[in-house]
Amino acid sequence: MNGDGTGFFTSVADAARQLAATGYLASTAVATTVFLADRLGKPLLVEGPAGVGKTELAKALAEIGRARLVRLQCYEGIDEARALYEWNHAKQLLRITAGRDESWDDARTDIFGEEFLLTRPLLTAIRGDEPTVLLIDEMDKADVEVEALLLEVLSDFQVTVPELGTITASRRPFVLLTSNATRELSEALRRRCLFLHLDYPDAELERRIVRLKVPGLDETLAASLVRVVGALRAMELRKAPSVAETIDWARTLLALGADTLDEAVVQDTLGVILKHQDDVRKATRKLTVA
Amino acid sequence: MTTDPAARLTGLVRALRGHGLRIGPAETVDAAAVLDVLGFADREQMRAGLAAALLRSDGQRAVFDAAFDLFFPLGVGTLEAARHVEPQDDAPRFGRPDPARDDLRERIAAALAADDRAALAALAGEAVESFGRYGTGSAPGSDGWSAHQALGRLAPETLLARILAALREGREAADLSDRVLADEIRRRIQDFRAMVAGEARRRVAELRGTERIAERAVTPAADRIDFLAAGPDQLAELRRTVHPLARKLATRLAARRRKAAHGQIDLRRTLRRSLSTGGVPLRPAYRLRRPARPELVLLCDVSGSVAGFADFTMLLVQAMSEQFSKVRVFAFVNRTAEVTALLARGDTDPARLAARILGEAKVMGYHGNSDYGSALGEFAERYLDAVGPRTSVLILGDARNNRRDPNLDALRRIAGRARRVHWLNPEQPALWPTGDSAALAYAGVVEMHSCRNARRLGELIARLLPV
Repeated sequence: MNGDGTGFFTSVADAARQLAATGYLASTAVATTVFLADRLGKPLLVEGPAGVGKTELAKALAEIGRARLVRLQCYEGIDEARALYEWNHAKQLLRITAGRDESWDDARTDIFGEEFLLTRPLLTAIRGDEPTVLLIDEMDKADVEVEALLLEVLSDFQVTVPELGTITASRRPFVLLTSNATRELSEALRRRCLFLHLDYPDAELERRIVRLKVPGLDETLAASLVRVVGALRAMELRKAPSVAETIDWARTLLALGADTLDEAVVQDTLGVILKHQDDVRKATRKLTVA
Repeated sequence: MTTDPAARLTGLVRALRGHGLRIGPAETVDAAAVLDVLGFADREQMRAGLAAALLRSDGQRAVFDAAFDLFFPLGVGTLEAARHVEPQDDAPRFGRPDPARDDLRERIAAALAADDRAALAALAGEAVESFGRYGTGSAPGSDGWSAHQALGRLAPETLLARILAALREGREAADLSDRVLADEIRRRIQDFRAMVAGEARRRVAELRGTERIAERAVTPAADRIDFLAAGPDQLAELRRTVHPLARKLATRLAARRRKAAHGQIDLRRTLRRSLSTGGVPLRPAYRLRRPARPELVLLCDVSGSVAGFADFTMLLVQAMSEQFSKVRVFAFVNRTAEVTALLARGDTDPARLAARILGEAKVMGYHGNSDYGSALGEFAERYLDAVGPRTSVLILGDARNNRRDPNLDALRRIAGRARRVHWLNPEQPALWPTGDSAALAYAGVVEMHSCRNARRLGELIARLLPV
């Protein structure tokens, strides 16, 4: 399998370096799995809480490979026509009415040609010659049937269109699937992927992320903020704050011109990182009654 | 232990399979390819890479980490950092000064304060080396390494106050993040304890063989923790899985409900519709079903022996409450009381739930032993109108009745009114006919299922509850 990779990276360290250059600071686990997915040519299934940078990772990869990012956003009820391809019926009808005098055989072969094919994300990603990153977002939202559809694409990088035959990728896309684990994905799908659980970063990494995304924020304030967020995650909240929320909070503090994290500031801004009233109440109790 | 990487890898895979992870040959081949690409230079990279190839969900991570540390250990024998250390005798020195111990505690405190993980790992090795050895010089097979003993001597949690003082010293008015400092230090101490445990496991594995230790010493994944055998830590971990599990179950139930809503073709209406298209049934009409959400009554034994199980199940049902049109929860030890209000959303601290039920609800009479017979009887007397033809009743408990009258009649009356009654028993079926268990008698009246861990509970709830 080793020759089939996408060839974005030469080593784990290289992966970490290139990701950092695009503004994505990666932990060892992330850099390692991304490098392996690249080298082994396997799809990468990324699971984890919302807002830790699953989709961002795909964007960063596309930037690194100077690749086109093809995104398939899954939802309940998505089907073959939306994921793979469909025929342009309107255009086909026009074609038939335009050539009323020709024989049936001519017309039939004609209207199932390339010209009338509407490629959807999966087929688009397979067909191109340029480097491609295929992001299949929120896989767990789609129905089980769609997974079966993906199996052919993910293991052999090919798609079968009955009227045209089998279309094989001339150049392997880098495939990244994300899931929030609302539904158990099938064994067959998981077996074809490398698995990465993308968790909240450790304090050190998160501080660097905050510094990178919100450069104007005072360094000690950034450090305090990351520590408070870490403590909130350790509490049993209904929705723990994720990295996206940490960054939002940092931006808010910067906008308010806060220079220390005192009680008043926290009470005014806790709503930025906590999304449930229960959680806000619980956190306030924790942070103010020490 | 063998030095051949392929043998180590297959050993690791075998150990993981032994803990219930489903790993096929294809994954093993992937893992070998991973090792081939990454090499052995960086252990954390190897860990991440093997996890990517072998794991399928985050719940398996703890098992994997422990097994990985055994099969791909940091080193063999005494760690280099601990090499200069003199092993201490294992007799406790009550009241006597212990300079070696104090010195090590000092260095552990410094490393914890600085959050220096590399130093902590080395100190964990040193702690096991100096204080974890037992049974030296006695018969072979009875000596070993104990994390429990080392941690008992070092008592790292008593360092908390000292570390806090040291960190706060010399800083002027601290900001709010100081309030969480104690929690942070506590987490670091927890991590250190885990490091010591891992180190002791590694040393024991060298003594006794990796495979055997991997079988016994690796703790199971949260959803496989036996309800009856779980300690406080494990129960806390179990509670953390409540919300993800509830969400998963909710989606599964919703999908089933959706599927059931697509009814069969309604022939009469389809034909009537076809009149407008000249008798061709272009638009089939479906028989619409409007499935009602089930009502649920939970009847839980909250006595000491099975409290963890009841506690977890109540939390799960509470988290899933949107899936039912009505949920009522009753708790009993030997008297029955309704606790639905105590479970009400928003004011529940899971860790104290059981204590609150025992304290605030009238679940105990004159003694503290379970009595299923009188509890069921009281339920049938006082709360029978909670049960109707649309109600599913779940009874939770081990049916250990302390040799009292099982009162099967009360259960029959409940079963007679309910749509379905299921009994979930946290004991394995082999134990049902033993001792003071009335399980078989009750199983003759209602369906009884063995339900020993969270995974099984999830399966049962998804299967048993009506759409």
